[in-house]
Amino acid sequence: MQLIINGKPKTFDLASFSVAHLVSVLALEGKRLAIECNGEIVPRSQFAEKRLMDGDKLEVVGAVGGG
Amino acid sequence: MSDLLNIAGKTYQSRLLVGTGKYQDFAQTRAAIDASGAEIITVAIRRTNIGQNAGEPSLLDFLPPEEFTYLPNTAGCYSADDAVRTLRLARELLDGHKLVKLEVLGDPNTLYPNMIETIAAAKVLVKDGFDVMVYCSDDPIIAKQLEEIGCCAVMPLASLIGSGMGILNPWNLQIIIANANIPVLVDAGVGTASDAAIAMELGCQGVLMNTAIAAARDPVLMASAMKKAVEAGREAYLAGRMPKKLYSASPSSPSAGLIT
Repeated sequence: MQLIINGKPKTFDLASFSVAHLVSVLALEGKRLAIECNGEIVPRSQFAEKRLMDGDKLEVVGAVGGG
Repeated sequence: MSDLLNIAGKTYQSRLLVGTGKYQDFAQTRAAIDASGAEIITVAIRRTNIGQNAGEPSLLDFLPPEEFTYLPNTAGCYSADDAVRTLRLARELLDGHKLVKLEVLGDPNTLYPNMIETIAAAKVLVKDGFDVMVYCSDDPIIAKQLEEIGCCAVMPLASLIGSGMGILNPWNLQIIIANANIPVLVDAGVGTASDAAIAMELGCQGVLMNTAIAAARDPVLMASAMKKAVEAGREAYLAGRMPKKLYSASPSSPSAGLIT
């Protein structure tokens, strides 16, 4: 399937997997981040159960320096 | 002296709030913030780098959320919807954290706030349970409206973000302060220590700055200067300055007992 992550398309071999799996595949485990899927926030507590489908648009954000 | 800053029911020793942007590296960010004594630090919310530099340190490694009160901002947002979306993500990112800095910009050249969009966002955020510290123009009517909406602090600009031009309209700031029942903090435009001291002497509850420290030749030393300026300005405000006498001098030494 293909996901749009932070505005860029990314193709995966599997047909569907969880947000938790995506976090692991992207080597973001243990990082403090927030994820939005198709405009809806996915709470961290739902990372394991929330399944991603082909075409889903994801925003993965973190805190950076700012004023 | 027990003179604490109270924002949304929580008290702070320091009245200096600082940003975390524009530093050379995270080590310098940390050193400057330590020198500033700030307890509340602003952060921006941005897309995470995907697939690259996965192991590189992050801001949070140097400034653990357990040590500071994070103030996530909406810098770069030009609409109420974008600002609300950003802060909802920030709340999720920071485990339900409610204290936020709302700013909705109106123009990329001046970064002047769009107060119509800001007010719209403030209404949604307050209703959604956020404690909203709001960056705003120095218009006393707008500041009062933001208070009535339920914002926990108003933060009028001293001058444009990153300009270092200092306090351009102390008269408006004084009107805002006189009318406010919530803390008024100057946010943006402070250039050097005297600007911060003047803001506090006017009666501001605090000052928020980033570039004045980060863009100084020696940011850590400037952070220390700002800490002292905010403290000095606050004490001068509490002490109550002498009245200005425009047309007559008054000697400090006795007039009696002069050697003639």
